[in-house]
Amino acid sequence: MRAAENGRDPRLKAISDAIRVVPHFPKPGIMFHDITTLLLDHKAFKDTVDLFVERYRDMGISIVAGIEARGFIFGPSIALGIGAKFIPLRKPGKLPGRVISEPYELEYGTDQLEMHVGAVQPGERTIIIDDLVATGGTLSAAIRLLERFQAEVVECACVVGSPVVQGECELKEKPLFVLVEPHY
Amino acid sequence: MSADKDEDPRMNGIKSKIRVVPDFPKPGIEARGFIFGPPIALAIGAKFVPLRKPGKLPGEIISEDYVLEYGKDCLQMHIGAVQPEERALVVDDLIATGGTLCAAMNLLERVGAEVVECACVIELPDLKGRERLKGKPLYVLVESH
Repeated sequence: MRAAENGRDPRLKAISDAIRVVPHFPKPGIMFHDITTLLLDHKAFKDTVDLFVERYRDMGISIVAGIEARGFIFGPSIALGIGAKFIPLRKPGKLPGRVISEPYELEYGTDQLEMHVGAVQPGERTIIIDDLVATGGTLSAAIRLLERFQAEVVECACVVGSPVVQGECELKEKPLFVLVEPHY
Repeated sequence: MSADKDEDPRMNGIKSKIRVVPDFPKPGIEARGFIFGPPIALAIGAKFVPLRKPGKLPGEIISEDYVLEYGKDCLQMHIGAVQPEERALVVDDLIATGGTLCAAMNLLERVGAEVVECACVIELPDLKGRERLKGKPLYVLVESH
């Protein structure tokens, strides 16, 4: 599901325009969508957060989970805007105290995502935030982490994402909401 | 300056929610500074500029090396993110020795920005990080000994 850019919400064009593409980063062939330029445009950054807050504020969401590290840039503001807790989902070794870990696949090899034990209570309604969704591998690991403590993942939300990817994404049939499509 | 001493009634609620985990490695501006910096930027109408470990920022960057207790680390910033004479606030969750904050200040000053203040939720005053900030003021909400 996408907040369509076709003139429906007038804020989306400026958000899309503020995101720059850096070719061949971090390696050849990848068109990297850099949201740091969006963060330099106060109005567009605020509109980005507002669009998510408007969507989620009446959905009884008590947890916003953000994926390290660019999910941390958007997640806390959304959590504050809707009155929810913010939970960081992190690479191994970053969270002190007791954690649970969930592996996920990279192009070559695997990585892990971790969450604090006790951050989430059973039945809590949750959204997961990241800046961009590509294959959905990280988001899927995030969903599994939250579901291991019986949280209800209501939706995954990203600033940038392709509807085509959504179809191919391994998101366990959870809805995906994106603001803008990638620039190609 | 510490908000502690001003006895803002919100302090108790904040302090009671921070737990101490013994013997855990120290933080940096990436990524816990990302949790507090953006909401502050949005609330005051400012830009947010992430300062990151090497290899994370695409495009042209400048780098600042800094010394850790054992070895070195490096902080990077995008070229063009900050204009000369812009007034900047550096935000992190915690100040310990001040090494990371000092590197952050250097990055900003190298492009001609004016660092107005450093701001952290927590200070570990026994590590005297406040003295490594080249005379710039430090504002913290709580102290932890």
